[in-house]
Amino acid sequence: MSEDTVRVVSDATCTFCGCVCDDMVLTVDLQQHKITKSQNACVLGKAWFKEHSIEERPFALIGGREASTEEGIEAAAQILVNARFPIIYGLSDTTCEAQRVAVAIADMIGGNLDTTTSVCHGPSGIAFQGVGESTATLGEIKNRADLVIFWGGNPAEAHPRLFTRYAVTAKGMHVPQGRKDRTVVLVDVRRTASTPVADIFLQVKPRSDFEVLWALRALVKGKRVDPSIEQRTGISLAVLEDLVARMKSCQFGALLFGMGLTMNRGRHFNAGALLALATDLNEFTHFVAAPVRGHGNVTGADNVVSWQTGYPFGVNFSRGFPRFGPGEFTTVDVLSRGDADAAMIIASDPASNFPQPAIEHLKRIPVITLDPKTTITSQLAQVAFTTSTYGINTPGTVYRMDNVPITLRPAFESPYPGDEQILTGIRTRVHELLGGNRLPVDTSAASL
Amino acid sequence: MAKMLRIVNGRVYDPANGLDGTVRDVCILDGRIVADVPREARTVDARGMVVMPGGVDIHCHIAGSKVNLARKLQPEDHRRDPHLRTRFTRSGTGGTVPSTFATGYRYAALGYTTAMEAAVSPLGARHALEELHDTPVIDKGFFILMGNNVLLFQLLQEGRHEEFRQALAWWLNAAKAYAPKLVSPGADEMWKGGRNANITRLDEKIGPFDLTPRKVIDAFIGSANDLGLPHPVHIHCNNLGHTGNYETTLETMRIAGDRRAHITHIQFHSYGAVAAKSGDNPTSRATDISEYINTHPNISADVGAIMFGRSTSMTADAPLAYMLRKFGGRKWVSADTELESGCGIIPFTYQDRSYTNALQWAIGLELFLRSSDPWRMVFSTDHPNGGSFMSYPKLIRLLMDSEFRKQEMAKVNQAALDNSGLRECQDRELSLYEIAIITRAGPARLLGLTAKGHLGVGADADVTIYEENADKEQMFAAPRYVIKDGELIIEDLEFRTDHAGRVLHVAPEYDAGIEQTLRPFFEDYYTVQFNNYAVDPSYLHSHQVIPTAPQPTGTFSRAGA
Repeated sequence: MSEDTVRVVSDATCTFCGCVCDDMVLTVDLQQHKITKSQNACVLGKAWFKEHSIEERPFALIGGREASTEEGIEAAAQILVNARFPIIYGLSDTTCEAQRVAVAIADMIGGNLDTTTSVCHGPSGIAFQGVGESTATLGEIKNRADLVIFWGGNPAEAHPRLFTRYAVTAKGMHVPQGRKDRTVVLVDVRRTASTPVADIFLQVKPRSDFEVLWALRALVKGKRVDPSIEQRTGISLAVLEDLVARMKSCQFGALLFGMGLTMNRGRHFNAGALLALATDLNEFTHFVAAPVRGHGNVTGADNVVSWQTGYPFGVNFSRGFPRFGPGEFTTVDVLSRGDADAAMIIASDPASNFPQPAIEHLKRIPVITLDPKTTITSQLAQVAFTTSTYGINTPGTVYRMDNVPITLRPAFESPYPGDEQILTGIRTRVHELLGGNRLPVDTSAASL
Repeated sequence: MAKMLRIVNGRVYDPANGLDGTVRDVCILDGRIVADVPREARTVDARGMVVMPGGVDIHCHIAGSKVNLARKLQPEDHRRDPHLRTRFTRSGTGGTVPSTFATGYRYAALGYTTAMEAAVSPLGARHALEELHDTPVIDKGFFILMGNNVLLFQLLQEGRHEEFRQALAWWLNAAKAYAPKLVSPGADEMWKGGRNANITRLDEKIGPFDLTPRKVIDAFIGSANDLGLPHPVHIHCNNLGHTGNYETTLETMRIAGDRRAHITHIQFHSYGAVAAKSGDNPTSRATDISEYINTHPNISADVGAIMFGRSTSMTADAPLAYMLRKFGGRKWVSADTELESGCGIIPFTYQDRSYTNALQWAIGLELFLRSSDPWRMVFSTDHPNGGSFMSYPKLIRLLMDSEFRKQEMAKVNQAALDNSGLRECQDRELSLYEIAIITRAGPARLLGLTAKGHLGVGADADVTIYEENADKEQMFAAPRYVIKDGELIIEDLEFRTDHAGRVLHVAPEYDAGIEQTLRPFFEDYYTVQFNNYAVDPSYLHSHQVIPTAPQPTGTFSRAGA
């Protein structure tokens, strides 16, 4: 095979999950527009790279009719400009460059802006606002952590390289033997593929994470905990005391938590209890905590929306400035109440996983989608763009789950435009139609 | 057609060119100050107004991962301070840590046209650049945190000084940074690797390294000077905020010998202890610190004044933030960056009744008033640590108006004033000429920005025009005109157009062979591939490389002298 038909891309990045591993060696068949080999990728990454070949699809569909990207941009701009309560949602599987344009459009039209954070680690974001967080980049955990506790997640199946590249078997400066130098604890409501990795497994009763965390906080602070904690949580006081002794005596501890904690009874109270526990432990040793994030650039979405508006998700611009309202401006709530009269969904498929009332409302309003694939949401869209895939075809920036920004190295070109390109086209056209940013009816009446 | 402008009838304060309120024309052509423009050029009548170069903030925290964590942390701070969009400017939110757009517009609305983000971990450089790209109007750059860099520590302890210097140059290029910054050298290593310990003496061993803060500071001062960086190493001394820390500060300055060094937010490093007294209330040692700087022209400093009210403490000095947590910290963030830095964030309120806060306030003012060379003791509040940049107009009034200062002094903890030297210098009032030095000409010169901070021919056409007003707070809070790169951004107090500003950075030469030293370390210990680490130029957008000029030793000369 010659250079013309095969390309090898080193140090490429996998954007499938929040681990954002940037050590991929991709072998690309340029004739077939396919990645034939993805060295260093985990099983999920291999599937991600294998799946993304170029399919023959129309550049855009408008009302089910094939159209050009330009026609799609015109139709999308008209929908957004004519809506009174337009919402923009998704954004966790696209580049920061595209996310920045999406927020700009929301600001320009006075719309509502939300990301998939509101249905995954949104509670962690709210907990962070309440109690703060002691955290670290994954490299500190790799180099120093001698105690790693996974809570409410199954990395073996959801984030395989969290174990191998960053936190369990990874060898680091102060833990040169990797796995042998660490104690690994797993806390979950059931046994999973991750369980065998752990030295200690705490099987908590469903819906009792908060109680376990609060008991741990009490023990860390030297307070008495009643042995009846075992009936409530399934974990004996002796086991909790042993864990506390380990947490206080380790050199560098890490608590990594998943959606088993945040999308469970207690939600942001659970996340807040865990973050507070890590903070408390800093009286005794160095302890960090971090949410294990799902989508490849959901962390970038949090960052972009925060630096542009001050708030991480669930932002509304209708009064001429950003307002934060989880429960009010989060997309599930906006749709379930029937508030939105148009929606632009970027790199996400809410129609496949939102509650039924929200999906029903999506069916009633004009929807614009940007996605490389046909999705349930794109099938109910008035305007459905076909896009190239970030990381595989499109360059740009993504943020790893620990807020480390990484530049993408695309493997091969796609005939389809990227999200940023389409969104920039929409922004330009909306700007023309509105003659600049839309001003609220009476800015002097704007109140908090 | 060329863009031309002539500002007439204004009193021009341009200390770098010796102009102290002289009425003369300022002419602008294509973004630069020129000697003259044709008669058809547009005229701005500045009668009754003061014309100054655009403000230059030498040290603030406005972009990057720690700033964004502090933003995310405080919805309650944004909620009460909305920043509305206009037809052509973006909306945002304010508070002590404003959103990026609000930051740019609000700096511009105070007449500032350049600001330096003072603490970015190299691993987070891309993030800082992305935020700076969304920070409109002003020119900007950032300093990279090097004082707890494990790889550089290893090179130093092995005595590999040439490789250390090459690595420093490589890092400045890789991050697209403006200057190296040291924050409590060694402290974050002790924090992360020593179960939250700190380092308190300059001759203390840094954890596992055969190295002391003194050796680290000495090496950076030397290498930064050897590389001829436009701004020398920017030092946040060890022991920030601790009673008795002025001795560490003096000792740090002595390490420099006659080489250039910049000591930042020195107010936080000028605390004494009451001899033989129990308790650890600090006292002012502004006299000793001022005396040293007044007599050592190789040293410069920015004050880092504190202003009463809300602030956000954000620092790469992680042990410090943890200590502050004891003083009313409702929520605390710590964020370690692998192999490079630590970081701590605490929302904080300075209270005039508090002994410590009132003393800090007094020391900040004292340092300005005791300085005999305003070119080397320049303006800052370490935004938002000592207070928001939005409080600059009030701080200027405190310096210019002794009556107002006395009124404010009457409101604060009097025991603190007794232990400061502020009453001794309470009659001094800074002039507009001196204000122009400490807020523009001085910081620009210390940064080595030869086209900024003055209005001579060839300078960047960054100009601010204030209406004269006896109330200096009002005067500096709302310039009538702000011109950036020759564009009238603000006219009659209102934004007339948007503007992007550019990134200022350095690109010192280095031997590419240093990568052979760096690469194996990255492969073993970083979680980002070496080939993906350096920031590529696509993140710079509009930018300018400020040249380096090697000079073994040097001093800051006084202008106009």
